[in-house]
Amino acid sequence: MIGQDLPDFAGPPVGWFALSPLLVLVGGAVVLLVVGALTPRWPKGGYAFAAALTSGAAAALAMVQWDDITDRGPVTLVAGALAFDTFSMFVTIVICVAVLLVSLVTDDYLRRESYDGPEVYAMYLIVAAGGVVMGAANDLIVLFLGLETLSLGLYVLAASHRRRAESRESGIKYFVLGGFSSAFFLYGIALVYGATGSTNISEMVTALQATVRLDGDDALVLAGVAMLLVGLGFKVAAAPFHVWTPDVYQGAPSPVTAFMASAGKVAAFAAMTRVLVVALPFYRDDWRPAIWVLAVVSLVVGSTIAVVQTDVKRMLAYSSINHVGFILVGIEAAGHSAGETDGGPGVPSVLVYLMAYAVLVIGSFAVVTVVARTGDGATDLDAFRGLGRARPALTVALTIFLVAQAGVPFTSGFIAKFGVIQAAADERSYALAIIAMVTSVIAAFLYLRIMAAAWMSDDDADDDREPVQVPFSTGLAVGAAAAFTLLVGVLPGWLLDAADVTGQFAR
Amino acid sequence: MESSFPILTSLVAVPVAGAVLVTLAARRRPEVVKLVGLLASLVTAALSIWLLGTFESGEAGFQFVSRHPWIEPWGISWHLGVDGISLLLVVLTGILFPLAILGADPHHDTKAYLAWLLLLEAGMMGSFLSLDLFLFFIFFEIVLVPMYFLIGGWGYEGRVPAATKFFLFTMLGSAFMLVGIVATALLARDSVGRLTFDLVELAEQAEFATSTGRWLFFAFAIAFAVKIPLFPLHTWLPDAHTQAPTAGSVILAGVMLKLGTYGLIRFGLYLFPEAAVWARPLFLTLGVIGIIYGAVVATMQRDLKRLVAYSSIAHLGFIVLGTFAITSQAVSGGVMQMINHGLSTGALFLLVGWIYERRHTRQISELAGLQQVAPIFAAGFMIVMLSSIGVPGLNGFVGEYLILIGSFLTARWWTVVATAGVILAALYLLWAYQRVFHGEPDEENRHFPELRPREGAVLAVFIGLIVFSGVYPKPILDRIEPSVDAIIAHVEERTDFVVPEPDQLVVEEEDEGG
Repeated sequence: MIGQDLPDFAGPPVGWFALSPLLVLVGGAVVLLVVGALTPRWPKGGYAFAAALTSGAAAALAMVQWDDITDRGPVTLVAGALAFDTFSMFVTIVICVAVLLVSLVTDDYLRRESYDGPEVYAMYLIVAAGGVVMGAANDLIVLFLGLETLSLGLYVLAASHRRRAESRESGIKYFVLGGFSSAFFLYGIALVYGATGSTNISEMVTALQATVRLDGDDALVLAGVAMLLVGLGFKVAAAPFHVWTPDVYQGAPSPVTAFMASAGKVAAFAAMTRVLVVALPFYRDDWRPAIWVLAVVSLVVGSTIAVVQTDVKRMLAYSSINHVGFILVGIEAAGHSAGETDGGPGVPSVLVYLMAYAVLVIGSFAVVTVVARTGDGATDLDAFRGLGRARPALTVALTIFLVAQAGVPFTSGFIAKFGVIQAAADERSYALAIIAMVTSVIAAFLYLRIMAAAWMSDDDADDDREPVQVPFSTGLAVGAAAAFTLLVGVLPGWLLDAADVTGQFAR
Repeated sequence: MESSFPILTSLVAVPVAGAVLVTLAARRRPEVVKLVGLLASLVTAALSIWLLGTFESGEAGFQFVSRHPWIEPWGISWHLGVDGISLLLVVLTGILFPLAILGADPHHDTKAYLAWLLLLEAGMMGSFLSLDLFLFFIFFEIVLVPMYFLIGGWGYEGRVPAATKFFLFTMLGSAFMLVGIVATALLARDSVGRLTFDLVELAEQAEFATSTGRWLFFAFAIAFAVKIPLFPLHTWLPDAHTQAPTAGSVILAGVMLKLGTYGLIRFGLYLFPEAAVWARPLFLTLGVIGIIYGAVVATMQRDLKRLVAYSSIAHLGFIVLGTFAITSQAVSGGVMQMINHGLSTGALFLLVGWIYERRHTRQISELAGLQQVAPIFAAGFMIVMLSSIGVPGLNGFVGEYLILIGSFLTARWWTVVATAGVILAALYLLWAYQRVFHGEPDEENRHFPELRPREGAVLAVFIGLIVFSGVYPKPILDRIEPSVDAIIAHVEERTDFVVPEPDQLVVEEEDEGG
């Protein structure tokens, strides 16, 4: 094991190199904050470049470690607190990619809204570190630490546009509901701890393996599982725990919305996988029906309510709830074979979906960011009218993101949807697969509405609105996201192969 | 047959390349854009005709097969092949696109229009050529996007709702098919020995429990039923057709609807023979309802384009009847009818589009006496219309006749009712012709321009093909029949369905008489 090669010291052995992606993110955040505060304003784009560089370096380190893990097998680090497996590395890479893309978009946004500075980027990196911890946690308390780091960062980010009342309101709403859900989660940890005598996932599994609980004897664990599900349901924004999503997504600064919908969601689903699939496989028959219901409600609520929205940010918020339903279909499939040596197709399909969706949603919100114009307010459907004539390249990219979200072939969205549907069908969850596909048709109506407004409106947007400007780095992020979407759509083999080896968890 | 030149892949790749070139061409030189688009479609047409020439007639299996692994973790390969059933649909696609590009102008945004049309062509070619379920699905689904933009961007007054309706209806059908495709591959994993989406492997080796096979068949069939469209899933079609630009209607009616009937043969009869035989009464009934319903509703239309759209529902009903009669003549007639309908309805939509260009109306009541002012135009319309009615000597007759005699053996009473549809077709088309072209032209119709040379050239190609395949259909049938016979043999082998021999029927009747 990597950690044991190091010289002895008092604490538990720490695999410093194995932790390097996390350390780079935290270090980058600290350096950015301290140096940024002590030095005069950096040249244009400097802060964003530093954040992008940091996350890029963290992603590169995670890729280097990928081979270590596939060669030597998964291990736990820091006395079993963190798992060092391909799942955590995959999550790390997705989160870092999200930070990289969002930083590019934020750079132009902050200068347009004239509050450029290092704080937002430092927050991104802190949130990313929290997300990485959530994806790698092998202890429920560590997972909670990651969750809180992530959540607190996101509350601040949501409220970061201090001059906009909507932004502050969104931060408060998110904070109150998020705090509430954290309490549920923490209470769930306490109950499970009461039943198993440990918060460490490895020890929990051992304890549950050793004691055969007969009927009625496991109320404590079941209550704990229920609480954990409520807390996680809030974090992933699964219906009926979704009510904060539209308001927060609409009010938060658009790049931050992109970040919440990508990195935040990825981390929350990683945590959900850790808690349910890794820690509680013995209760899979108890939590799986709950996930089934959450999936169906999310699919239906997300798609149907999205259709009647008139604000694009709210539309995308509800469509993200529909996507959450799809990812829960994958989690449900993973629930059929949780804890078995051959993990089944569920977890890989969830990861592919998260990778594809993170890029898609950043791309979509990046377009929203530039269309929203100065003040970040023009996000109604009318703001998109005539975009196809004014900014054809941008609209082509938007179209790619939207058709990909609808699940049209030759895009990553189709591969992602196909993956979870295949996983569900493999576990004979045909009803869930059909419900998911039918709701994706309902959701397609919403994407068509945005496309129709952008391409097919006869009259242009109101003349008193300023023209849409596409700054360079936002354009770069949008272009990269669109290229990735098409690349995965045409050549998905490498991503599927990578996700395929994530079924082996360190425990 | 081994072929070193990847002809089938080229049929998909050339239009895509054309679309890219069109996008890259300079916006300020519209004539260059048009030329590039037309050339790309002409090259594809030439390739498809070359394919027709080198195709070995009399062979039942797939030819020019091209197979490369694509998404290996999922057992998906780029597997293309052509047999007698798909060959002519490919050629039809190849021919209709340049004609549609030549025959109708977009009036604005030519670049985007041509790019979408070429992408649509690539998608259509891919759908007809795919021998892999996954590959078929992605082509089947991707054609929605260009068509959505064509209808929504270049259509008429109510185009955006029509385009949306078209997209959502078809996508709803495909949603079931996607689950069906995934379930088929996964459930067949044990009997085939590996996870594969390969059509031929699945059809030959997969074994499903009877009820499973029926569920899977319906998951596929609903997607095709929406696409055909089969009554009662047809409601998207009149709107989409009426609102689509002329070229969109030509392609939609000419080739896109055939994806449904082609799919029923290729992924219904071939992949799930037991379920297809079991579901015969349902599909025969829906097909016949479509024939009668389409004809009756067409008669009532005031809008010429809507009339042609409803006539498509009737014609496609005949194809469904032929397909589910499962006799050699009926299925061959169905395939033949797919080609005929593509030619005659494609031409009719072009003609209606030209009328609209000249008069800016499609209302039958506002048109009158056009024969006096534009006799050549009227003559062209007449020939195409007669072909659509199914008058002997023109192509429509061959297909309908084969369907009816073939279906009479196995689906007698359905055929009896369907025959009434032939008469109704004469009613609605002749009546419409009478109202539009006969009589005295009023002031507005007096200056109806005559057929232009370019339009005449396009129409001449259509009429040439209509007359040729009506007078001498043998070379076409020679290519269709072996593949159809192979599929029917496949059905007979896997079910207790037996196709009665026409001769035996006659002998029996003679015995009874004597």
